[in-house]
Amino acid sequence: MNEKIRVLVAKPGLDGHDRGAKIVARALRDAGMEVVYTGLHQTADMIVETAIQEDVNVIGLSLLSGAHMTLFKDVTSLLKKKGLNDVLVIGGGIIPDEDVSNLKKAGVSGVFGPGTHCDDIVKFIRKNVKK
Amino acid sequence: MNDIAAKVLEGDPRSIARLITHAENTSPLAASQMKKIHPYTGKAYVIGITGVMGSGKSTLIYEMTKEYRRQGLKVGIIAIDPTSPFSGGALLGDRIRMTELATDNGVFIRSMGTRGMLGGLASAVYDVVEILDASGKDIVLVETVGVGQAEVDVIKIADTTLVVLVPGLGDSIQTIKAGIMEIADIYVVNKADRSGVEQAVAELESLIDIACNDKDRKTPVLTTIAKQKKGILELVKEIENHKNYLKKTNRFQAKRRKRYEAELVEIIRKRLMNFIFDESTFKGKVESLIDQISKKEVDPYSAADEILGKILK
Ligand SMILES: Nc1nc2c(ncn2[C@@H]2O[C@H](COP(=O)(O)OP(=O)(O)O)[C@@H](O)[C@H]2O)c(=O)[nH]1
Ligand SMILES: [Mg+2]
Repeated sequence: MNEKIRVLVAKPGLDGHDRGAKIVARALRDAGMEVVYTGLHQTADMIVETAIQEDVNVIGLSLLSGAHMTLFKDVTSLLKKKGLNDVLVIGGGIIPDEDVSNLKKAGVSGVFGPGTHCDDIVKFIRKNVKK
Repeated sequence: MNDIAAKVLEGDPRSIARLITHAENTSPLAASQMKKIHPYTGKAYVIGITGVMGSGKSTLIYEMTKEYRRQGLKVGIIAIDPTSPFSGGALLGDRIRMTELATDNGVFIRSMGTRGMLGGLASAVYDVVEILDASGKDIVLVETVGVGQAEVDVIKIADTTLVVLVPGLGDSIQTIKAGIMEIADIYVVNKADRSGVEQAVAELESLIDIACNDKDRKTPVLTTIAKQKKGILELVKEIENHKNYLKKTNRFQAKRRKRYEAELVEIIRKRLMNFIFDESTFKGKVESLIDQISKKEVDPYSAADEILGKILK
């Protein structure tokens, strides 16, 4: 047996820049994970279908715009609807403190703001991933 | 859990995905389920796409898939990227060119890391082709890693192999060097919107004339502009021509036989290696033999004799 943690890194929403997402994707690869990277402008539907087909353990969503609340929630509720209860959802971006607790309630387990070190994300995934 | 195979046969995406993961992890469940689905395989036509990184393989696959969907066919896509030999991780980025296919339930895309395999494929790719085939896909497209090493293993799995090139000085020379001249059933010169297309095609044609391949079929050279959806229909037709040619000349069965041979060899190789290097069997013995070799107390051939002797007794 040689299991690997598989992660989907996706960038929902309309803002067109994914430097942060790419840096995180590379860091996760360097930590030994298989990272499926889908690029910009992903809808909740695309993200969830991709997560199913790629059988990922983790979905990492990167967001810059203020639309994060609805987009994150769209993804987590669609995951629930499809019965994907064992997928860990984490998010990164410029997210105001007051939104963080709401996101966690909505099923986003980890929220990582701008100054986050990649190692912290790696550690968080390793600790919380459901096998 | 035991009805994974049954669900795969129904085309259930989550079960397909799960079984692929089990196959990649060489879990015991994978073996038992693969046995169940094998009788239902053999219908999907497998197309391999190889060529260096950036030549447009993923974009071509996206456009070809849209054409196959227009024809009402179901499509499976296997996109392979290199696993880092240092970390064991992989960045799987081929989906970037295919995002619109994600929500089409007639398409199933799986990205794979090579996980230590050379030759442009992933070790579990044979399983994944069988799984997609059994799940009812009519066409399975396999994109090799594209790092420019000899990615010739794709012919073991593909019914038709496309070699994708781009216009540019000396590209066809590189092709010969990389040893991929022999593997092409169809050449695709993509990015034909760039200069140097005529030259690239002429160069290829002359190389094909020199190479003494099947006398009854000359390897066709097509030009495409994948990004502008140009040449796709012609490419799909040429693949159909090749399929008919294989069937007419009885080469189709021979190709499939070669695939099963490669698959069998791969299963045995994996099982043997796991057996030898597993903690519960010989790992300790292997480690101590490596130490002895390092100290020149034993030579590598005698060490190999000793390990194999234990298995073959
Ligand atoms: N100019 C031009 N660019 C193309 C064409 N086909 C693909 N590309 C671009 O080439 C780059 C690499 O394409 P991709 O499909 O990812 O190549 P792969 O690495 O072989 O899978 C992308 O930026 C594509 O948009 C084409 O026909 N012409
Ligand atoms: Mg590609």
